Amino acid sequence: MFRRRREEPAGPEPTTVARPRREPSGMGLRARPSGLGARLRSILGTGSPATEATWDEVEEALIGADVGGTTTLELVDAARARFRAEGGRSGDDARRALATEIRDRLVRAGSGQFELGDAPSVVLFVGVNGTGKTTSIAKLAHRLIGEGRTLALAAADTFRAAAVEQLRIWGEQLDVSVIAQRPGADPGAVAFDAVVAAESRGLDAVLVDTAGRLQNKQQLMDELAKIRRVIERRLPGQPRHVLLVLDATTGQNGLAQAEAFSREAGVTGIVLTKLDGTAKGGVALAVVDRLGVPIQFAGVGEEIDAFAPFDPEAFVEWLFAE
Amino acid sequence: MFDSLSTRLQGISERLRGKARITEADLDVALREIRLALLEADVNFKVVKDFVARVRERAVGTDLLSGLNPGQQIVKIVHEELVAVLGGERHHLSLGAKPSVLMMVGLQGSGKTTTAAKLAVRLRRDGKKPLLVAADVYRPAAVDQLVQLGDQVGVEVHTRPVGTPAIEVARSGLEVARQRGVDVMILDTAGRLHVDEAMMDELVRIVGSVTPAETLLVVDAMTGQEAVRVAEAFHARLPVTGLVLTKMDGDARGGAALSIRAATGLPVAFLGTGERTDGLEAFHPDRLAQRILGMGDILSFVERVQENVDQAEAEKVAQRMMENRFTLEDFRSQLNQIKKMGPIGQLVGMIPGASQMAGAAQEAMDSGQMKRIEAIIDSMTRDERRRPDIIKASRRRRIALGSGTSTAEVNRLLKQFVEMQKMMKMISGGKLPRMGGGLGALLGR
Repeated sequence: MFRRRREEPAGPEPTTVARPRREPSGMGLRARPSGLGARLRSILGTGSPATEATWDEVEEALIGADVGGTTTLELVDAARARFRAEGGRSGDDARRALATEIRDRLVRAGSGQFELGDAPSVVLFVGVNGTGKTTSIAKLAHRLIGEGRTLALAAADTFRAAAVEQLRIWGEQLDVSVIAQRPGADPGAVAFDAVVAAESRGLDAVLVDTAGRLQNKQQLMDELAKIRRVIERRLPGQPRHVLLVLDATTGQNGLAQAEAFSREAGVTGIVLTKLDGTAKGGVALAVVDRLGVPIQFAGVGEEIDAFAPFDPEAFVEWLFAE
Repeated sequence: MFDSLSTRLQGISERLRGKARITEADLDVALREIRLALLEADVNFKVVKDFVARVRERAVGTDLLSGLNPGQQIVKIVHEELVAVLGGERHHLSLGAKPSVLMMVGLQGSGKTTTAAKLAVRLRRDGKKPLLVAADVYRPAAVDQLVQLGDQVGVEVHTRPVGTPAIEVARSGLEVARQRGVDVMILDTAGRLHVDEAMMDELVRIVGSVTPAETLLVVDAMTGQEAVRVAEAFHARLPVTGLVLTKMDGDARGGAALSIRAATGLPVAFLGTGERTDGLEAFHPDRLAQRILGMGDILSFVERVQENVDQAEAEKVAQRMMENRFTLEDFRSQLNQIKKMGPIGQLVGMIPGASQMAGAAQEAMDSGQMKRIEAIIDSMTRDERRRPDIIKASRRRRIALGSGTSTAEVNRLLKQFVEMQKMMKMISGGKLPRMGGGLGALLGR
């Protein structure tokens, strides 16, 4: 049998190496070349009149940004109607009409508003594998600590190898206690422990990490529903927030994710991650539009502070930027 | 949630009834549906455009085949075209002289570390000696994750202390691989954005240092329209040789694979299914094509079964069935396996034509009847489960008491079990019994 060889002595928990740092700006969003904005500008032009053919191309551009068929058609119809009602002529008018329609939908759903509410507030993080739940927890923790809040993190991802360690390392770096049990422990029990700890220590909030799960695995979704029930039973009215962590690179499956997680865990908001790539996160628009769930935070980079309350205005501006 | 493309095209078939050829006008309607289906499956819109144009070219003026309605025939053409784009040759790892290096690259969260461990398992199964090298020096606990996975599967993991640059981890890994007669060194790297110049440079330097024989781009099956841009960027900077499409056990259609293949020509090498370290499958263009078209319900059913059923256990039970040695113990383990697959109604509903059975099966499950059967079997001793014929009156009373049921229920279960055994005897004897026996009979419906 092979034996693993670790050259590193068993000492204090390892920390990590910082990545080469890049410059954030605005909500932290960086415009990328050849994005949706550039495409729209080339379709709509600036002064030239908008025709039916241009609207078709707008549709295509939105689909290319993962907005998806249904939402795209609705958006373009609404934008076209607004454009006409307002007596629009130019490509600029058309672009403005579309921007307004998108922003209105985001605002209507309550995007960007986040209140912790009564202490201890429980924030449950859910999502499929690899969207950035643990990183988002660390980022939100960092943010809340900056606002003077007291917190605990709950390592209820007891399944994935080294998930607990990952959260522990963040806990150390942020100087926040991490409630954990051994790997393989019942995640509901971990969540329960964390809630009890938050109560007895009089903390403002507890952020609960859960294992990534694909929404078509019913057993795992049942487990999530149970975690939620355990928290609810101990603290009626909690979890106040159930945040679905959605990878901006995700395509139309994001909609299926949002539907299933809403059904099983009662999602209250979206954390849209990895907006520092070239993906526009258009599926989040579809989620907001179809489910009425707001986008609450945006993850815009690897750095701990590359995380901001979602700003519909800034988002639309970024979406349309060249 | 998705209509299968065939269903969507049904209406078109109606319109085309009696015609001998597919005309342009007919095609327009059909192609719009195909375009939508592909976009819903996350195929890149530019790729869709080219693809649809090709289908049009092939379909116009095609003579209708007997036995297929026009809708089916268009689906057939689309399917064949998809397979042609996706497939062609199957990608076999070409590993070259030992130790050869297999490097994993991709965006964050695409599943590189898990896939690295799965590849190690697969290579060892093929008689190779693998070494895992943990060069993700950025994500907290990424190294621990690989070490733990290595432990689980019994494959050595090479690590270096925190603070060691990734390139140094890779270089020293190759050194270790040489010393130990390793065949394949699997190099896990940190997830990175394709637009992150500094991080992409790091990979280029690693490639220069350890010269991978294979560089696999790991892509999440749920990836949307950006898949093309991501793949092109990695492909432009690195000698990428193939794709691994992960999270295929989800319900994403996996159109990203088609986009990437069409845009870069990179072959799909493997599919990742599930979090277990054995969840790595060879790629079948045919199956992915069906999935992209939303025709894959029966396949998902088979997948669900395969994924949740313990193969060894299932074979043991099947063997015993054939030899008429099926016991209540086996039956109990079957019940467990069925339960693991999720709501039984949903499961049965996936089987074409079995939708009306789905309700009944779910009802039996919900009414707690399954639980009672389990309780009865669990209240038996091992001997009783293996040889139910020893269960006489006093044992029946004890079992009823222990399971909180009645002797009548125990009797019924035993009687039905005997029926089931008889039926199995018939199957193994080559005589097919009527359908709907088995579990259904045992559940008393």
